[in-house]
Amino acid sequence: MKQIQLKQVSKCFGNVEVIPPLDLQIEEGEFVVFVGPSGCGKSTLLRLIAGLEDVTTGQVLINGEDATAIPPAKRGLAMVFQSYALYPHMSVRKNIAFPLRMAGLDKAEQARRVEEAASVLNLTDYLDRRPGQLSGGQRQRVAIGRAIVREPTAFLFDEPLSNLDAALRVGMRLEISELHKRLATTMIYVTHDQVEAMTMADKIVVLQAGMIEQVGSPLDLYHKPCNTFVAGFIGSPKMNLLAGKEAAKHDAHTIGIRPEHVAISSTAGEWEGVVGVSEHLGSDTFIHVTCPVFSEPLTVRASGELDLTYGAKVYLTPDLAHLHKFDDLGIRLK
Amino acid sequence: MATQHSRSAARMMMAPATILLLGWMLVPLTMTLYFSFKKYLPLRGGDLGWVGFDNYVRFVSSSSFWPAVATTLVIVGGVLIITVILGVLLALLLDQPIWGQGVVRILVIAPFFVMPTVSGLVWKNMFMDPVNGFFAHLWRAVGAEPIQWLSQASLPSLIMIISWQWLPFATLILLTAIQSLDSEQREAAEMDGAGPIGRFSFIILPHLARAITVVVLIQTIFLLSIFAEIFVTTAGAFGTKTLTYLIFQRVLESQNVGLGSAGGVYAIILANIVAIFLMRVVGKNLDR
Amino acid sequence: MARTVSTRRKTLTTIAAWTIGIVIFFPILWIIVLSFKTEGDAIKTPLEVLTSLWTFESYAVVQERSDYFKHFTNSVIIALGSTLLGVLVAVPAAWSMAFVPSPRTRGILMWMLSTKMLPAVGVLYPIYLLFIQLGILDSRIGLVVVLMLINLPIIVWMLYTYFREIPGEILEAARMDGATLRAELLYVLTPMAIPGIASTVLLNVILAWNEAFWTLNLTAAKAAPLTAFIASYSSPEGLFYAKLSAASVMAIAPILIMGWFSQKQLVRGLTFGAVK
Repeated sequence: MKQIQLKQVSKCFGNVEVIPPLDLQIEEGEFVVFVGPSGCGKSTLLRLIAGLEDVTTGQVLINGEDATAIPPAKRGLAMVFQSYALYPHMSVRKNIAFPLRMAGLDKAEQARRVEEAASVLNLTDYLDRRPGQLSGGQRQRVAIGRAIVREPTAFLFDEPLSNLDAALRVGMRLEISELHKRLATTMIYVTHDQVEAMTMADKIVVLQAGMIEQVGSPLDLYHKPCNTFVAGFIGSPKMNLLAGKEAAKHDAHTIGIRPEHVAISSTAGEWEGVVGVSEHLGSDTFIHVTCPVFSEPLTVRASGELDLTYGAKVYLTPDLAHLHKFDDLGIRLK
Repeated sequence: MATQHSRSAARMMMAPATILLLGWMLVPLTMTLYFSFKKYLPLRGGDLGWVGFDNYVRFVSSSSFWPAVATTLVIVGGVLIITVILGVLLALLLDQPIWGQGVVRILVIAPFFVMPTVSGLVWKNMFMDPVNGFFAHLWRAVGAEPIQWLSQASLPSLIMIISWQWLPFATLILLTAIQSLDSEQREAAEMDGAGPIGRFSFIILPHLARAITVVVLIQTIFLLSIFAEIFVTTAGAFGTKTLTYLIFQRVLESQNVGLGSAGGVYAIILANIVAIFLMRVVGKNLDR
Repeated sequence: MARTVSTRRKTLTTIAAWTIGIVIFFPILWIIVLSFKTEGDAIKTPLEVLTSLWTFESYAVVQERSDYFKHFTNSVIIALGSTLLGVLVAVPAAWSMAFVPSPRTRGILMWMLSTKMLPAVGVLYPIYLLFIQLGILDSRIGLVVVLMLINLPIIVWMLYTYFREIPGEILEAARMDGATLRAELLYVLTPMAIPGIASTVLLNVILAWNEAFWTLNLTAAKAAPLTAFIASYSSPEGLFYAKLSAASVMAIAPILIMGWFSQKQLVRGLTFGAVK
């Protein structure tokens, strides 16, 4: 069932059109991630769905009903903010209970649901603390607790992990994924981090300058990026995008090849180059190779142990099965 | 960053404050303008009809107008010079490490909280009284003739009283501004070899420029309408009649409302000229 | 600031600062001394004053002769009443301007500030006349309204600067949590802004307590607050130094104490946020 639908939704701030009219459908129970570089309009899009901003044109449908004119308080959506936006003057218990209190639930029911949410999120010991006394990860969990107690139609996450340190981020990523599996509620998640998008999403919406570049599953985007922007944005390290004579050999304006799909050899191969900086990650080594035939250096993945000294001559061979071809507008060639 | 809903709510919530202030501004202002074009003597015949710009001309050409302007300028200027210079020095001193800094601060800012009528009366009687005042005792103790402060040196006396009230304000604001100066900047200047005077004139003073402007403008607005201090000390005698006091006398003491209202319009224009400058400074702050 | 300052230098600055502090504070100190003297002793030379008998007599006389507490009550009612009324009107307005800024917000704020700069004397007669017509000359309610209006711009401005420091996301979170506008203001914004609201109240009580143009011109015996009551000492009969001192001490003591607590907010409030 289509749970949230955007029909020809656009947004202007003054004379600046930040989101040109777009359509989008989100199915019930899906984990959808909006991803794109900062300033691409992904947060604005989320706020339009939340009702924190008015759409300039178009309609927002929730559960098939037109919600365009419904204020955020009545849309039945819960949101987790980047800054967590906890109420600093209330205890954790009161923070989590706040939406229930606003909904007018009786005290006993409020208490029951708060306890339940707290045990799911490992917050039981912290219920009487103030947000100021909690660590970043705990605050994040309180914000999630406040969202889940009201059993919303959908959860909206606005870059929830960007204020956490790297190690915590990985942990919280797993927790949120787990939560999604358990609750089976629709989640819309905004991030600028393509790793988060790839690891968590059922469906990724790649945005650039307010426009949807591509919608698809993580593997769709990885294997069949529909243009050079998506190709360069999804995957880490970035896909090598190469233009010029070599691309023309493959009847394309630009060819793309991921670092993991290039073979490197010290004896023979298609492109000759010189080894630049190597980044050793233990499991993998990423080597930057400068080839005279391309204007930019290529990134190549090599197996962990390979040792190539700076300045050594090497040969690269792309795996043709994984070669992406794009035309002069950057659109994928069939 | 808002929706139709919150925008219309915002308009509603702004309404009470806006309407109240609009009424407070427009109603009396219109009445003042209205009266200023009339010969209006409530105790001597009431409304005697329209007189055009007569009141405006008479107010300016009356023998007490230019002296009042001069008195106003002397008081405002005198107090500004004293409070700003002493304020900067005092702020610099209080910024130094001192034992009991908190207490000294409290002592220094206390006069600002003394109501104007109290400070006027206390200075007039307990300090400046030529017979029993503290200064009179002091002068006699060194064998000098006590000064008739408020009659013979009326303007300096008033400037002294008002400066005593406003020095804390200037000091407090300048001190706050000095303390907001990044200590790394000062240390950098020191590393670059700037001595104390160099640091003061190249780092501290430019940093204080904005705060000094604010002090000058705000004090000017308050000082232009100084009233109670004069009311309880000289009641406008001995050449201490400021523009504000002159208008007050025209309106309430001699009940010449038309003439007083014309004076009021001049005062409003004058205050607005100062206000424009203050608003520029404050307005810049809004953009941040 | 981990550097140590030489003790000699610190001693010198300490002596200088304390001397200046005491000189500035001296008039207040002196009236405190005089208030505990008899009228006869209060006019003697400073040395004789200090060595004469200490007594509470003047405080009792001030109350007995002139019903001091009536004026004190008037001051309390006028100062608190005008401030609380002002805050009530200003909170919603400041909320609007801080969280739903529109292109006009800046203009409205500036305009509000400009009303504060209207010289009182320019509108003295109209207000005086209106007060007579409405029968509120020399009434507490009249002064509450006037002082509320003259301080409203400062209250709105102060609250606005405090509200702007509250992240808008928290209010949005409340909205997402299903809070109505009323609930958002009552349960989220106001409790978070308590420190700011308290400082605003404190500063404006001080300003209203010390206001001495309207209180002098719009009151007589009945509603006169302490400012006007003290002014009645300007044409005294007989010896009155001790009584004036006692009355003054009682009039300034509460505000002096409040003022010391609000030093920081004072700067912010009186400069409209231009100096923090």
